Amino acid sequence: MSRAVLLCVVGLAAAVAYPLLVPNYLVTIGMLVFFTAFIGQSWNIAGGFAGQTSFGHVVFFGTGAYTSTILQVTYGWNPWLAWPVAMAAGGAVGWMIAVLSFRAGLRGSYFALITLAFAEVFRILANSVPFTKGGLGMLIKADPRPANFQFKDPIWIYYLALLLCIVSLLIAWQLTRSRFGARLVAIRENEDAARALGIDVFAEKVKVLTLSGAMCAAGGTFYAQKYLYIDPGIAFGVDKSVEMLLVSMVGGAGTIFGPLIGSFTLMGINEVTRWLASVVPALKNVQPLSLIVYGIMLILIVARLPDGLMSLFRRRPRHA
Amino acid sequence: MFDPAFLFAGVLNGLLAGGIYVLVAVGLTLIYGVLHIINFAHGSLLMLAMYAVFYLWRLIGIDPYAALPVVIAGAFGFGFVLYRLLIGRYNHGRDENILLITLGLSIVIDNVALLFFGGDTQTIDVPYAGTFVEIGAAFLPLPKIISFGASLVICAALGVYMAKSDMGKAIRAVAKERQGARLVGIDVENVFAVSYGIGIACLGAAACLLMPTYYVTPSSGHAFVLVAFTIVVLGGMGSFAGAAVGGFIIGITESLGGLFLGEQLGQIGISLIFILILLLKPTGLFGSKA
Repeated sequence: MSRAVLLCVVGLAAAVAYPLLVPNYLVTIGMLVFFTAFIGQSWNIAGGFAGQTSFGHVVFFGTGAYTSTILQVTYGWNPWLAWPVAMAAGGAVGWMIAVLSFRAGLRGSYFALITLAFAEVFRILANSVPFTKGGLGMLIKADPRPANFQFKDPIWIYYLALLLCIVSLLIAWQLTRSRFGARLVAIRENEDAARALGIDVFAEKVKVLTLSGAMCAAGGTFYAQKYLYIDPGIAFGVDKSVEMLLVSMVGGAGTIFGPLIGSFTLMGINEVTRWLASVVPALKNVQPLSLIVYGIMLILIVARLPDGLMSLFRRRPRHA
Repeated sequence: MFDPAFLFAGVLNGLLAGGIYVLVAVGLTLIYGVLHIINFAHGSLLMLAMYAVFYLWRLIGIDPYAALPVVIAGAFGFGFVLYRLLIGRYNHGRDENILLITLGLSIVIDNVALLFFGGDTQTIDVPYAGTFVEIGAAFLPLPKIISFGASLVICAALGVYMAKSDMGKAIRAVAKERQGARLVGIDVENVFAVSYGIGIACLGAAACLLMPTYYVTPSSGHAFVLVAFTIVVLGGMGSFAGAAVGGFIIGITESLGGLFLGEQLGQIGISLIFILILLLKPTGLFGSKA
């Protein structure tokens, strides 16, 4: 245990020192690693720990991004105040989807597909209703003051992403040692057996999806404040859903550090393919190349390494 | 807007589109019914077949309808090999796993297409594209009518094959009771591979019938995947009659949705039907209790 604590302390010190030592470009990449790890962790809590695989997690992300942006742009709210409201909205959407789907008894692939359909409904609505400004998307006026949740120096947004990531790690850690977390694992491993043991399966699954939705929505607001722009394709498109699923699956679904490791790995692949594309002129399309690698990794991980890259680091057998 | 002639044209157009959706959905429902896997790569494989049709026309000048036998055979072979090399090895165990593997497959296929074919929208200009047929108050493009007819013929042929041929009987036996089928000496793994191949061959046929009036981009698969799942879930997973009826209902829903709600909001009907069916009657219209 003390070795693990030591590793965490060293890792944290490195993460804090990192932006002070590298150019801005690398600071932003570091920020993206922690941000993606954060939203990946929100997926992991439902999809990894509780085994409720979702293909449409972006629905929470988009709800958070749109809620805070609309409050800010249309109603003049301070984004810091809008942030908890956005999280509440994401939690509410998570609660709604969970109650509807789990009441209907949807499991496994069916649950994955219905979340995809919910995200699609939200995307079409965001494209059509007036208060989201439709397909034009919403611009947040640039006004870089910390009080305004906008930062001139990328170092601050980096530290904020790091903080979010740490909070998400603490939540995941808490799940591994609380009774709630143990019940979730029981549900993942065998839902009927969990019910037979007296676990209120429905209530626990609703709880975890609400928590996951709120976390993911927090990521949505963060994203909107960083890029100062969202549109229906970004906020509710399938790409972000896949990204969250990928980092968790690749790193190790249902593990504390899985999403972070997955996020590091994917960002590393991104940078390698970017470099490759700059060297080999035939590969001028970078984006598809890295996604091809992600897809192959997903297949290999599911087929060969169900506990993700985490299992390569671990010596003890998994307590599941 | 509520002019009956307008409505009539909308319904007819929806029926024509639905005819091709049926073919896409029959492939998906066959794969589900026999293998019990949800083939998330279905849309991406359709997109790939559409590119095959496009390049056969662009490079060798083969008309999309004339390409039917080649593309169907090619798609069958592709599906068969894909099953043998990848899907078949992992289709046991948790059902989310195979869903994730086919998701990974669709990511790979979509992006390989983007890498090699580029992101541009491609269309085929057939000489008869501008020919219209007048039915009542509706003007319908000739290729859509040809495709509709061809789709029904292919579905019927598949139905006869499933009912009469030895392989068809073996497939149905495996779908009903795979242990029993194995006990009476059916090579179940081979039946799985053939079924997956036939499912993908249906996509090859659909691609030939779509290309005269549709376009293809590397993201075309996305547009079809939810439509195909909705049809299959609506009809009942694994049910052929369900896929046929579901295809027409979804075709008409899409057409009328576009007519009354506009291009953007009109698409919402399909997703809503999908959600409502799953929530209220997950066995669909024709499905048996799983």
